[in-house]
Amino acid sequence: MRNLTEAVIVGLATFLAFIAAGLSDDALFKAHAWVLCVILLATTIVLLRRVEIPANGQALPPTDTSGYMDGVIRYGTIATLFWGITGFLVGVLIAAQLAWPELNIEPYFNFGRLRPLHTSAVIFAFGGNALICTSFYVVQRTCRARLFGGKLAWFVFWGYQLFIVMAATGYLLGATQSKEYAEPEWYVDIWLTIVWLAYLVVYMGTIVKRKEPHIYVANWFYLSFIITVAMLHLVNNAAVPVSLLDAKSYGVFSGVQDALVQWWYGHNAVGFFLTAGFLGMMYYFVPKQANRPVFSYRLSIIHFWALIFLYIWAGPHHLHYTALPDWAQNLGMVFSIMLWMPSWGGMINGLMTLQGAWDKLRTDPILRMFVISLAFYGMSTFEGPMMSIKTVNSLSHYTDWTIGHVHSGALGWNGMVTFGALYYLVPKLWNRTQLYSLRMVNWHLWLATVGIVIYASVLWVAGITQGLMWREFDSQGFLVNSFVESVAAIHPEYVMRTFGGLLYLSGALIMAYNIWRTIRGDVREETPIGGIAIHTSNVAEKGTPSTVTG
Amino acid sequence: MSNDKNKPNEIDEATGVQTTGHEWDGIKELDNPMPRWWLWTFIASIIFAVGYVIYYPAIPLIDGSTMGISGETNRSLLKQETQIANQKRAEKFALLDKTPLLDIQKNDALNRFAVHGGKSLFKVNCVQCHGSGASGGPGYPNLNDDEWIWGGDLEAIYTTIAHGARNGEDDDERVSEMPAFGRDEILNRKQIASAAEYVLKLSGQDHDAAIALQGAVIFEENCTSCHGETGLGGRELGAPSLADAIWLYGGSREEIISQISTPKSGVMPPWKARLGEGAVKQLTIYVHSLGGGENTKVE
Repeated sequence: MRNLTEAVIVGLATFLAFIAAGLSDDALFKAHAWVLCVILLATTIVLLRRVEIPANGQALPPTDTSGYMDGVIRYGTIATLFWGITGFLVGVLIAAQLAWPELNIEPYFNFGRLRPLHTSAVIFAFGGNALICTSFYVVQRTCRARLFGGKLAWFVFWGYQLFIVMAATGYLLGATQSKEYAEPEWYVDIWLTIVWLAYLVVYMGTIVKRKEPHIYVANWFYLSFIITVAMLHLVNNAAVPVSLLDAKSYGVFSGVQDALVQWWYGHNAVGFFLTAGFLGMMYYFVPKQANRPVFSYRLSIIHFWALIFLYIWAGPHHLHYTALPDWAQNLGMVFSIMLWMPSWGGMINGLMTLQGAWDKLRTDPILRMFVISLAFYGMSTFEGPMMSIKTVNSLSHYTDWTIGHVHSGALGWNGMVTFGALYYLVPKLWNRTQLYSLRMVNWHLWLATVGIVIYASVLWVAGITQGLMWREFDSQGFLVNSFVESVAAIHPEYVMRTFGGLLYLSGALIMAYNIWRTIRGDVREETPIGGIAIHTSNVAEKGTPSTVTG
Repeated sequence: MSNDKNKPNEIDEATGVQTTGHEWDGIKELDNPMPRWWLWTFIASIIFAVGYVIYYPAIPLIDGSTMGISGETNRSLLKQETQIANQKRAEKFALLDKTPLLDIQKNDALNRFAVHGGKSLFKVNCVQCHGSGASGGPGYPNLNDDEWIWGGDLEAIYTTIAHGARNGEDDDERVSEMPAFGRDEILNRKQIASAAEYVLKLSGQDHDAAIALQGAVIFEENCTSCHGETGLGGRELGAPSLADAIWLYGGSREEIISQISTPKSGVMPPWKARLGEGAVKQLTIYVHSLGGGENTKVE
């Protein structure tokens, strides 16, 4: 009897959510339990409709488990795209709220509630789904083994979506533990822990039953990401709830210890979620798309171990010139500086993998996407260590420079490598010969790139303006500016960054259309990329000598 | 995948570099060495880190940490920088302390110092209510114009800043209270409306002449003791002029009615207790310099 157990379990959970909603005295918890109840009820109905009971006591035909398990990955690519566009959209909205504060709609859609919605949507919903679905794809191919644990992979996928929805609705309702990138309250955290452990089991299990003698480098990175995120999540979210029927909880750490744990978590969310995990993605999709061997096995070993050893200590650089003891600040800084080359190891290995295939850039916009992604990765992993230097940090800290830095990493590196991977995956997963349109990929590439460049550069200007205004002294030795003057001064930059975000979002919308048509099996009639370019460059080459001599 | 030690691994055609012999889903690896510049930069960053750890506080101990050769901490750095800054300005501050308020403007250098210092203090302490350009806002007086509720010469400004208004913290605070004519049922709605009409007339705005005429009587009986017969106000009582276009709580008919009926009155903290004598002097000179400062009457 297929799906019956699942339907019963989810049905019971619906009942529990209903009871919780009824018993709670906390209006917030009540509201959130109702949200959960509705979601679970809908899930139960869907599952019940899918229950298959065999006639006359015959056994159902067994599910074919000989091939790779790709259904969950197909769902994952769609979820990645959906949450990506949601996250970008909310990002554009809150950028506009900063430029035009009238756009804050109280209480549910003010900046304070939408900001964590944006960061979580982009990092955990978009990035997390991208990581889960690509890791499931990569681990099966590079281990030559079907995903371990049968339906557990489906539990990971749907459980993770439930986490996202509960986190997001919690933010809008006002449930937050006020820890950056770890805003969900205790009950959502517990759920994520369960889902994440299931993810670890599926991933680890697949590696254990692999048919390849060695573990491919992409899997080292994915695995380090899964294990470390579990550890970070458990420690940083350690909290005692007011009651089991109350949304509020109190963290077990307080004061400067809390701040340090928070940034140990926050920085390694960047380090292991957004760097290690995505390097895993890069290590599979770049060699596949370029059809070239990885540049250096030795480099991959050294930079992997250096990266995961050093990253975990760099968090205190988020707390320069605070109550954190000097020794911790200084250690955080030197570990960040030592992290520069290990980070660049991934960029070198990625870019140099194109050795012998650079000409493909002329015709392959997906490969271009990977190259741009690696370029932004290199830029932001240089910028990061530089900003961790205390004297630089004393200018950049608390300014929009930091926000620009994060976005050149998130939009440039994480976004672009994910787009490239999705463009690679979709035709394969849906068994199509090619994408609907490569020219649209190229449009996406340029819209996104121009968007990021605008975004990052205006926030450099804004951040440095703020930093300089805050420390400006007049001829008599007195501070010159009030805070609000520095806010007013960067209004033009805030408008331009909104525009940059809009370009990035429009690129993603083009992608959504392209992928939808690809899944439908359509192919656009268009001139192949590069055909015309080669022609004109030949003409230019011929013309060059005469211009130089003449 | 072949790991036969006797057989050399495959050579990559495009680069001529040997592969490692591993292969996953068609992905091979080249046996390139780590780029030397990469390795040396990595080693250099480690050497820098070691040097930094020796020079600055870095290694945690059971009680505290190593202090490094420099012994430099955020706090020591701050102390040092503050000391230098204070030393540079110590002479001027001492002179400011010695100089009576009314004499500061006679010394150009000291006046400049006080204006700059006052401006800086203003941006930290006063902009929240009075605005970064000191132009005020609804409920908060504009300090750039020549309308003063409590007086605009140096001594009056000094008193207002030093002791504040209606804060209940300072014995010398500025206090004035407008009766709540509506809430406390001193006047009825109609009387308030007609008084407001008269105020509109006083301030030269469009008004109904007949109603204003009735209002004049009410104004005469209830308002002149503070705001004066012609509505010019009185600084001794902190009663603002009603005969101009400058309004603290708005000059429209509705706003005037509201202010007569249930008046608002602003609160200002006593700054002398918080910032000290020198700071209040600087703020006084700065506010006085904004454009509406009045000369002290010589007696």
